[in-house]
Amino acid sequence: MKTPVVFLRGILTICEKNILLYYTKPPVLMFGILFPIFMFLAFFVGRNLDLVLFFPGFLAMMLFFTASSVGPLITPWEKREKTYERLLSYPVIPESIIIGDILAGAIFGLGISLIIWIVSTLFIPMHIINPALFLFTFVLGTIACSSLGALLASPASNSPPNVMIFSNLIRFPLIFISGIFIPLSQMQGLSLALASCSPLTYVVDLFNAAISGGSFFSPLLDGGVLIAATVLFILLARFIQVRNLVKGL
Amino acid sequence: MNAIEVDHLTKRFGTVTAVDDISLSVQNGGIFGFLGPNGAGKTTTIRLITGVLMPDAGSARIRGIDIHRHPIDAKMQMGVIPESSTVYGDLSAEQNLHLTGKMYGMPRPIREERVDELLTKMGLLAQRKYPVRTFSKGMKQRVSIACAIMHRPAVLFLDEPTSGLDVQSRRLVVETIHQMNEEGSTVFLTTHNIEEANTLCRTVCIINRGRIVAQDSPERLRRMFEATQSVEVSFSRGVRKDFFQAEGIIRAEPCGDKWRVYTDNPDRVVKYLVSRADRESLGITSLAITGPSLEETFVQLTGCT
Repeated sequence: MKTPVVFLRGILTICEKNILLYYTKPPVLMFGILFPIFMFLAFFVGRNLDLVLFFPGFLAMMLFFTASSVGPLITPWEKREKTYERLLSYPVIPESIIIGDILAGAIFGLGISLIIWIVSTLFIPMHIINPALFLFTFVLGTIACSSLGALLASPASNSPPNVMIFSNLIRFPLIFISGIFIPLSQMQGLSLALASCSPLTYVVDLFNAAISGGSFFSPLLDGGVLIAATVLFILLARFIQVRNLVKGL
Repeated sequence: MNAIEVDHLTKRFGTVTAVDDISLSVQNGGIFGFLGPNGAGKTTTIRLITGVLMPDAGSARIRGIDIHRHPIDAKMQMGVIPESSTVYGDLSAEQNLHLTGKMYGMPRPIREERVDELLTKMGLLAQRKYPVRTFSKGMKQRVSIACAIMHRPAVLFLDEPTSGLDVQSRRLVVETIHQMNEEGSTVFLTTHNIEEANTLCRTVCIINRGRIVAQDSPERLRRMFEATQSVEVSFSRGVRKDFFQAEGIIRAEPCGDKWRVYTDNPDRVVKYLVSRADRESLGITSLAITGPSLEETFVQLTGCT
């Protein structure tokens, strides 16, 4: 059996295991679905905002929360349940586990966000000027946000609540600096510099480019930054998880 | 080619050296017992050999494949039962086994056949659809064992497999180890249960404070300490400890309804016991000279009591 085949099979099996085990866990449902919906209701209902204008931001926020909510839960949960050692004894390497976790998060984010987008189009008149870019943003955005989720799972903790609190501490501020509520074109100085540091900014910008054609950065730059961020998150997650391996066994 | 080859394996945690320059080899088809007191480094060693942990120095090979250089290929050769019965509690026994089968690339028809076979063997067929979290500890351990042997591994690692199990589950675990070995699997077993190692293993390695202190067959290890032999005796009525105060007797300990008398001269002690019993009109109901037990060897090697 060729090693790459076994490697890919490990990733897919880990992803399937994650789907079976973690999609219905309360923290995932709470922070992955309910919370972003409440955020939408709190910020958009009764405020006379232009839903078409803010829709790319809302979609990016949904995608960000859903895709990054599964990853932080998996590793601490497995360490707490003592299943992590068995997982490591299977024919897998740390990269298989991290990519399997990212894939599970991305599928969750993609699925929920697609449902929301389809339902939204029934109520909001939506015209996509670049469907290919829209699809690309959906896929790349979920992978990037899910990679961030996997990175957030890396601290040496076997307590899922602690990791969820930590991940929310990182995720919540990001939605306020990423051009969702204040368009990037209205930002300058420090706020724009902060926005540039958030991967979510580039997802919002790519959605803007795909839906209305009005992006702040070039779509090529947005895509490049998201790919680079994904690779960085995976490498960092691997480094931290391998370093902390023994603490969770 | 040996099934397992470990070469100068070392692992440190901060200033503590958990595994200190260990080398060992396990022949194909053997049952190898890794024995040591709590904290001796057994679990760390098994984690290093199975590729769960990276060593600070040294290497480990499974059927000639370096576990740390080619982890995926080496792990395909083995099945592992970690120390705690770690299966997915929210999945059923059947789902846990299918998941394991998929990890090793078993096609669905073969997987289904093997799942049925193992669930029947482990006595879990009726509970196949129930979440494992509803199972007793013994049942969980049986699922864990079934997962480890699902793909018929060439090398099977078991970390304290019978620890805390009821008699029925313990017997099933021991039977499974024997059966897997008969089918050709090499078994590497860590335990602090000396009797288990004595009855199961062809070779025993004793580890203490991260270092191997002895490695041989249980019988040969016992012989290493033959200087201390014992005489087991039982009488028709009870005797006091001072009965055994005589030249040549090192110490005497009650052992069930018998006394175990330690000596470096069993011939002399037997003569003493027979004459003393005759003088006191005591009947001798059993009398046997035995070599040192593996337990005594273990105690002498590790300094644990």
